[in-house]
Amino acid sequence: MRCPELACLALIVCLAGCERETRHFTADVPGPAYPGPRAQTGTVAGRAENPYARNAYAVNEGKRLFRWYNCNGCHAEGGGGMGVPLMDAEWRYGDRPVDVFTSIHDGRPDGMPAFGGRVTDDQIWRLAAYVRAIEGRVASATAPNRDDSLQEAKPETRRAGQ
Amino acid sequence: MITLESSLICTCVRAPLRARRAWPAALLLLHALAASAVDAEWPMASGDYANTRYSTLADIDTSNVGTLAEAFAFDTGVERGQEAAPIVVGGTLYLLTAWPNVLYALDLTRPGAAVKWKFEPHPAPRAQGEACCDVVTRGIAYADGTVFMVTLDGQAIAVDAATGAERWRTPLADVAHGETVTMAPLVVKDRMLVGNSGGEMGVRGWLTALDTHTGAVAWRAYSTGPDRDVLINHSRYAPFYPTDRGTDLGVATWPPEAWKRGGGGAWGFVSYDPALDLLYYGTANPGPWNPEQRAGDNKWTSGVFARRPGDGTAAWFYQWSPHDRHDYDGINEMMLLDLDWQGARREVLVHPDRNGYVYVLDRKNGEVLAADPFVTVNTSTGVDLKTGRLQYDPGKDPRAGLTIRNVCPAAPGAKDWQPSAYSPRTGLLYLPHQHLCHDAQTYTTSYIAGTPFLGVTAQMNGMAGTSRGAFTAWDPLARRARWTLPEVFPVWSGALATAGDLVFYGTLDGWFKAVDARSGKPLWQQQTGSGIIGQPMAYRGPDGREYVAIMSGVGGWAGAVSSGCLDRRDGTAALGFVGAMKDLPMPEVKTGVLHVYALP
Repeated sequence: MRCPELACLALIVCLAGCERETRHFTADVPGPAYPGPRAQTGTVAGRAENPYARNAYAVNEGKRLFRWYNCNGCHAEGGGGMGVPLMDAEWRYGDRPVDVFTSIHDGRPDGMPAFGGRVTDDQIWRLAAYVRAIEGRVASATAPNRDDSLQEAKPETRRAGQ
Repeated sequence: MITLESSLICTCVRAPLRARRAWPAALLLLHALAASAVDAEWPMASGDYANTRYSTLADIDTSNVGTLAEAFAFDTGVERGQEAAPIVVGGTLYLLTAWPNVLYALDLTRPGAAVKWKFEPHPAPRAQGEACCDVVTRGIAYADGTVFMVTLDGQAIAVDAATGAERWRTPLADVAHGETVTMAPLVVKDRMLVGNSGGEMGVRGWLTALDTHTGAVAWRAYSTGPDRDVLINHSRYAPFYPTDRGTDLGVATWPPEAWKRGGGGAWGFVSYDPALDLLYYGTANPGPWNPEQRAGDNKWTSGVFARRPGDGTAAWFYQWSPHDRHDYDGINEMMLLDLDWQGARREVLVHPDRNGYVYVLDRKNGEVLAADPFVTVNTSTGVDLKTGRLQYDPGKDPRAGLTIRNVCPAAPGAKDWQPSAYSPRTGLLYLPHQHLCHDAQTYTTSYIAGTPFLGVTAQMNGMAGTSRGAFTAWDPLARRARWTLPEVFPVWSGALATAGDLVFYGTLDGWFKAVDARSGKPLWQQQTGSGIIGQPMAYRGPDGREYVAIMSGVGGWAGAVSSGCLDRRDGTAALGFVGAMKDLPMPEVKTGVLHVYALP
């Protein structure tokens, strides 16, 4: 009777494995560079760099907050929808950490709501760090890895530009 | 003989003298049938109150459609999805673009249809970020020398049809809470009817009636909440099924307070039966999408209301998808037909729903006479005609933490907003639709005003073994499809049926097509250069000739991948629609061009 039990166990393990998302072993080819206007100058809260840019825990926290605050409802996993895509190279309002912070904090006129005052600045920096990871612009050692849940796009560790 | 007959008929055409001079006399001899004031015009997006989208014009028919050629084109310069139907009244064509909702009047009496006037309402730019599925509008309505329109940010506006001057403007929607308006208003007597969008943003759905003379709100009927808000007066409310009877079901069928952000918008087409004096319209999906956060039937979402236009009170209600699990809005068009149903003449309402069934209801009382699947459906097993209740398959119910795969039809349903047509000559419905399935995972979501209230990650795919798009002729009496034309992409345009036994529709890869209404045989097609998601219509020009018009301009939920420049590497983009649209031609040309066709 042991053999059927083992077979049964193996089957369960296999089926459980089926529920994981697809593994991606190669990074995406980077998209074409956006030729439009570059970021405006200036800083927010006196910071030019994101304090969490190399902090894996904070970037992963940013990913959790990205769903928590319904960012994913508009921007999906980076491909966009109601909101602009975040995984491509086009940054309408600039791609520096401070620009991303400002977009989240103050909102943007074509539909991005302002989260400043509703969300702490510290959480916005974590979100801004994750937004850069969506495009694949943080080190793969820092970026979130494959989700356990439905994830259609490649995991952040396997995106372009690292 | 033909020439003589035509000449005689020509004298009956009530065209302005100036217009007749503008065209060669030879063209005036082409009339095949006497023109009437009715068939010359197309005063509302759906063509008529019954929502049949049937034109009595027959100059263009199965024998000559092959020679159809472009008569003129008009570029609006707005490069977002163009879902609107042009309308034609009194020798003028009126056209509303997607955001920023520019209204044009084109003078059809002048060669090339010169612009008569242009009206720019300047809607709030932020509305673009609150509209779930591209920044579309579905059209306008004409009545008593006035064009009625609604901007994306929900301002109902009356514009003088002769001059383009604004008569009044009434803001209806709260953009900060995710409300937008995309539907085409309907005018019934002195009421302008407008419903809201925003089921993905946790809005509370409503249909509002405004006084056409002043713009004052006459009544507003909510789709959730207590009876006094839903305009249910129990002495005058008589639904057919017991499950729709009871006090304050719009509160009792929700967890506490959940009805306040429960969705149920009214963004589809409104129908009207003048004899019964009843309006018919569908309500959208409940919010949030995650059904585990809203136990109960979630009335009055994903259903159909019959209401009296005078005071808005409900006559009856029926729910297509109680406690909707899969984003099956119930807003698809209601075609009001009189059919010989099983030996008796019945006044019915025919409705192809997102949940995959073509419903035939008695439109006097809401009794379901038939509900038959027109695609492969695995989310339900049928509709119980005794109770009227959809029988869900619990195996496809979303459950927190589980990825439910191969949910068919997918969130946009077997057929989304794209309106069908009905030809009384063939007795067939013409359904533009799609074969899509989705994988979805739900999670608990929080309500944050002005942000999506979903609780789901989904991605769509084509249904195995069939094409993603389809154009189906459905026989409502035989309760089966007569023929289906496969299309590569979901057919996101409306349909038009004509007395020339032709049916017109457009495709997301830019083709505008005419097929034989009886056999489905493709007879003519023209490439417009951008995806078509508009509504074809036909009119008789001031020169007496039949014209067929369509807006071209890729977008909408299905075409958002192109119009919104979304990233195709993420199949969950555009609420998962990108998963099924990754091969939409790229670069797809973004335009907003009106194309008008006539016989040479």
